[in-house]
Amino acid sequence: MKEALPLMWRNIPERYNLLGSRCDTCGKNYFPQRKVCPNCRRKGKLVEAKMPETGKIVSYSEVFVAPTWFDHETPYFLAIVELDNHATLLTQVVDSKREKIKEGARVELLFRRIYEDSPEGAIAYGYKFKVVS
Amino acid sequence: MNKAGIIGYGVSIPHYRIKTTEIARVWGKDGEHIAAGLGVKEKAVGSFDEDSATIAVEASRRAVKMAGIDAQKIGAIYIGSESKPYAVKPTAATVADALMAGPDLMAADYEFACKAGTAGIQTCMGLVKSNMIDVGLAVGADTAQGLPGDALEFSAASGGAAFLIGREKCIADINHTYSFTTDTPDFWRRQHEEFPMHAGRFTGDPAYFKHVVSAAKKMLEIAKTKPSDYAHVVFHQPNGKFPVRVGQMLGFSKEQVQTGLITPVIGNTYSGASMIGLAAVLDIAKSGDRILCVSYGSGAGSDAFDLTVTSEISKHKPVAKVQDLVADKEYIDYAVYVKHRRKLKSL
Repeated sequence: MKEALPLMWRNIPERYNLLGSRCDTCGKNYFPQRKVCPNCRRKGKLVEAKMPETGKIVSYSEVFVAPTWFDHETPYFLAIVELDNHATLLTQVVDSKREKIKEGARVELLFRRIYEDSPEGAIAYGYKFKVVS
Repeated sequence: MNKAGIIGYGVSIPHYRIKTTEIARVWGKDGEHIAAGLGVKEKAVGSFDEDSATIAVEASRRAVKMAGIDAQKIGAIYIGSESKPYAVKPTAATVADALMAGPDLMAADYEFACKAGTAGIQTCMGLVKSNMIDVGLAVGADTAQGLPGDALEFSAASGGAAFLIGREKCIADINHTYSFTTDTPDFWRRQHEEFPMHAGRFTGDPAYFKHVVSAAKKMLEIAKTKPSDYAHVVFHQPNGKFPVRVGQMLGFSKEQVQTGLITPVIGNTYSGASMIGLAAVLDIAKSGDRILCVSYGSGAGSDAFDLTVTSEISKHKPVAKVQDLVADKEYIDYAVYVKHRRKLKSL
């Protein structure tokens, strides 16, 4: 974690507040932030934009074998969520009854712990989503 | 002197619940008897990825949305908790960044057992009244610890509430506040210890009842009011019984206490307890309603507030009502509870 601290700190705007990019030329939204609009290339004009806090599940998977730092949390759900401005992101879906997690389900933003590598290490916070009925 | 009042509030209650009878089953005790004795039938359990910082952020975001303000207007943030994720590193800074309220603001974490959040309200009132800030944010949030098998484990719960204090468009004016403080060793947690200690029956009369009664009586005297002037009264609620009993001692009816009594269905959320109770009352309050709120923190002290609900309340609806958050739940057994609250050494 000590090695990853600068990265964790740089990710705070993105992970805490879903700060992404919007292209003022074509109107498309991107998350995480991009340097160049893949749609408009050099004609694109990307500006920082806060993403909406609601969206819907496009696809999901239940994780039984987790990477380091997430092994205590299995089984858990990962989903690709399409936000209301059509930007997409990969996120954990928590606090939701298993039968409610399905394609098309409406979700809303939560603020949660993402990982910590040790009891004495820094805690990385960020976004997760829950299904809203 | 300028006025100060509540311009918005938000509550966060975790999704998971464990029943008192389930905890009692593990320890070979009579669950029905304990639930009836404490007046607590189930408690809210913060999940693996929740702590007092995440609860504070979620409650605060709801408060900002309800008030309809730009978070940049917030000039001070105070977080009251006795279960901070870090021993040294401010939760208030995390909340500030998660609200995009910074960097131009004052911020600090408070600790006064179960009344650190209401101490934050008083600080914000002072800053607003003295024109040092326009809006302040006070939060009480905890993921309360209880030693496995101890009496506290039946009630120690997770949850929190956030109140935005300002002077314009207040949904409730805070007319007066008063605090009563003495050095009383009824409950504590020593440095580096994981679980708190308490003094059993001693936590009643010389601690909770003495401080809550003294603060409430003095508040009535300052406000020149009597119990019948209040539509609702909210007391700190370590269990479901103490608030009803202290209400009777002061001359309040069960009905006046009822709306703000949430501990029976979510447990004792410590710094969040009286503030969630106040939010539950504001959820249904009408313009002109007078509310008395008295917190209690072990160690010991009580903060009392005399409030009057204004006509603004009809223009600002809560983002999530307390009763809706109470109803959004999923039961877990003791083994899953142990995992979520990291009560095993390996977690």
